[in-house]
Amino acid sequence: MSAEKLRDIPVIRERGQNSMFCGLTGIIWLHRKIQDAFFLIVGSRTCAHLMQSAAGVMIFAEPRFGTAIIEERDLAGLADANEELDRVVARLLERRPDIRMLFLVGSCPSEVIKLDLEKAASRLTRQHLPQVRVLSYSGSGLETSFTQGEDTCLAALVPELPQAPADSAPDLLVVGTLADVVEDQFMRLFKDMGITRVQFLPARNSREMPAVGPNTRYILAQPFLADTARCLEKRGATRIAAPFPLGEEGTTRWLRAVADTFGVAAERFDKVTAPGIERARRGMARMREQLAGKRLFMFPDSQLEIPLARFLHREAGMELLEIGTPHLHRRHLAEELELLPEGITLSEGQHLDNQLDRCRAAQPDVAVCGLGLANPLEAEGITTKWSIELVFTPIQGYDQAADLAELFARPLLRKAKLRV
Amino acid sequence: MQLTVWTYEGPPHVGAMRVATGMEGLHYVIHAPQGDTYADLLFTMIERRDKRPPVTYTTFKGRDLGQDTAELFMEAAREACARFKPQAMLVSSSCTAELIQDDPGGLAKGLGLPVPAIPLELSSYQRKENWGASETFYQLVRGLAGSHAPAPGAERPARPEGQRPRCNILGPTALGFRHRDDVQEITRLLNTLGIDVHVTAPMGATPMDITRLGEADFNVVLYPEIAATAAKWLERMFKQPFTKVVPIGVRATREFIAEAAALAGVDPEPALRDADSRLPWYSRSVDSNYLTGKRVFIFGDATHAVAAARVATEEFGFTVVGLGTYSREFAREVREAAKQYGIEPLITDDYLEVEAQVAELHPELVLGTQMERHIAKRLGVGCAVISAPVHVQDFPARYAPQMGFGGANVLFDTWVHPLMMGLEEHLLGMFREDFEFHAEAGPSHLGASAPTETRTVGTTPAAASPTANIQEPEPEAAPTDGEPVWSPDAEKELRKIPFFVRGKARRNTERFAKERGISRIEIDTLYDAKAHFGR
Repeated sequence: MSAEKLRDIPVIRERGQNSMFCGLTGIIWLHRKIQDAFFLIVGSRTCAHLMQSAAGVMIFAEPRFGTAIIEERDLAGLADANEELDRVVARLLERRPDIRMLFLVGSCPSEVIKLDLEKAASRLTRQHLPQVRVLSYSGSGLETSFTQGEDTCLAALVPELPQAPADSAPDLLVVGTLADVVEDQFMRLFKDMGITRVQFLPARNSREMPAVGPNTRYILAQPFLADTARCLEKRGATRIAAPFPLGEEGTTRWLRAVADTFGVAAERFDKVTAPGIERARRGMARMREQLAGKRLFMFPDSQLEIPLARFLHREAGMELLEIGTPHLHRRHLAEELELLPEGITLSEGQHLDNQLDRCRAAQPDVAVCGLGLANPLEAEGITTKWSIELVFTPIQGYDQAADLAELFARPLLRKAKLRV
Repeated sequence: MQLTVWTYEGPPHVGAMRVATGMEGLHYVIHAPQGDTYADLLFTMIERRDKRPPVTYTTFKGRDLGQDTAELFMEAAREACARFKPQAMLVSSSCTAELIQDDPGGLAKGLGLPVPAIPLELSSYQRKENWGASETFYQLVRGLAGSHAPAPGAERPARPEGQRPRCNILGPTALGFRHRDDVQEITRLLNTLGIDVHVTAPMGATPMDITRLGEADFNVVLYPEIAATAAKWLERMFKQPFTKVVPIGVRATREFIAEAAALAGVDPEPALRDADSRLPWYSRSVDSNYLTGKRVFIFGDATHAVAAARVATEEFGFTVVGLGTYSREFAREVREAAKQYGIEPLITDDYLEVEAQVAELHPELVLGTQMERHIAKRLGVGCAVISAPVHVQDFPARYAPQMGFGGANVLFDTWVHPLMMGLEEHLLGMFREDFEFHAEAGPSHLGASAPTETRTVGTTPAAASPTANIQEPEPEAAPTDGEPVWSPDAEKELRKIPFFVRGKARRNTERFAKERGISRIEIDTLYDAKAHFGR
């Protein structure tokens, strides 16, 4: 059914220069989410420089991430590189005794020189247990773009999760980093529906990671978690299919999918969600005035593009031009694709210069793009919204629906206000 | 392997991008994996450029490895050349592409592009950003101006009668600290001397302009980290002398004028007479008395750090207590300067080492980079930025050079601003326990500058009463074997000493007591120690 739907939507598939971050950037939010974890990139000076530049500002409170920079002599012999890595890790853990989980994060150079971080992680785990568990995943641009770094990180966590007993009652696992405030809101809604066995992946602490087993029903809170989902299913968990919780409609459908799985009565579901739906609609009414009829062009970035486009079209009345996404996961996005309007163009992958040409030709009212493109497009007269803000802001759930729309309305409002 | 959290310099290809982005009519093709494109935002966000850097990345992925990455590079180079129609191209590998050894230089040569393609070997696992900028500029100059060099041994033709002397300005790049305004200031200064600026490069120059560098009579090197190598090559090949003085501060500007005038064979007086610098008088005016002997810690690239140390000493009357650089290539210059001030230079690119030294030295002012701005903020010390790396707030809308007489005015304003004004400091000293005007308060003209020590752990907003602010952050001295113990009175007296020198006073007093076998520190011990160590 969704495959048929997709046949109707033209998908431009391109290859060429792309302007997306690599998966290392996921560390920027993951290291704040898991409060006793440290992310050690094994990479080059470029990786370190990316990390301090990508967040836009430096979070100077000594962050829980760092880079072990590979130097000339590490390239000479891998045995020495492993020894060096052990030394760096020992020094790091000595300085940060509060760390309980250490991620060795692979980069482009570490992968090209075939430095086996998985092996290094198990060696280091043996050395540093019980104080610290060491895991590894890839954040390299060779394997991951931007939010896929969260996917590879969570996928590395899944095999480490405790086993839930086979005879336990079904429990709910919400998968994908959400802002703490959003998590708390969802938790209250689930509780009011009578679903009490709810856990989140990742947890806020490495010692509180959820158990998983054949009775786990999981729902994705983020659309970029293909590997994580696969690993969860290998552990016996079952996916609850749903659109993503962006906007009132997305949130209601997402919650309803959970409610249906756990047998929540329709009446109770309506009663629990009614206040949120009402607030979201009230907030959106004002936003709709500002956004309706505005034409949107999205450059590929976070894989959030399709749910966002669905929300901006159906709830804010925006007209969709080209919607670019780094990777189109047909199965996880099936429910979203159903909701997209006729006549839009999807693009997967990127040829930056060609896409810029299409954007200029389309003259959208708002273009969603990365930080490297925003000012140049603005200088050409095209209003932009930085896509990175969409992953650094609480946007899911009822009470964030209007905030999310406002992110798109603000540049338009500003353009209308300025007289210089 | 080196454990790094924050870095002073990016990788060398970012230096190459700074050269390319500063120029016009040049395009740079980098063989690099997806993700390396982040570097664009340095220019479009931090420097607020309104154009994309003239850079194409091949953005190869894992699946391309071992298949056709070389073909990807050739396709990208061909396309970029056709689309952007540059006068010349730069080609290189980023760190990852260095490992796969596709040889962009050789590949570009094989393409038969209609314009010169200059290959860069950037040694990403050894070198860093400033070296990358320097190497790129040197290769550009060599590659484009080289064929115009006179035959070895040939004399430089004399300047035709009646033609004004000409110089090139070398060194300014994109993302440079105040390069835009320095160039404007120095160009004006040279014009006052009757010297024309022939080519400014890399900033604003085209590859065609680079081919004409040899026509000038001499070179002005504003940023040796970037231009010294190219200037030395030009001197050798074209017999063009270059300036050695970097005109930061009033005295250095005067020396620079004398140097440039001598190289051009003109009278320096017009520029010296026209000294529109307010710094000398502002520094002599009585309210500046309080600046005397302020303890200043300086860290940055070598050129800016050495210049700042001199200006701080000779033109502000400060005492330089620390001086360092992250530019290992220029460590020698910094070591020599440090010797003059009788201090040990700090040559490191580890910001934790810098932080440790700032904490130990208790300066009253830090002159540094974006890193030191954060360090100073954490330690509650005033700070002014004097060197790259810098953030978006250091690309101001207003004209704010660092060089020339105009630059000296800017230095006066920006360095004095973070400090406590003269009388305010006295009042603080007299009434230390005033709840609003206590020792931990920052200068009254700076809003959110309260040092972090005053934020005691566990202080809730409700408990943050005025008295909560004056809680002593330092732990109470506990009696330990052989260590002197503080009497409560002495401890209380110690708190009346401004926080930025309190740690030192504590350590000095304890050392003083220990050396004399005093086991209990009284108020008198504190003052005896003060008299002993002096300041």
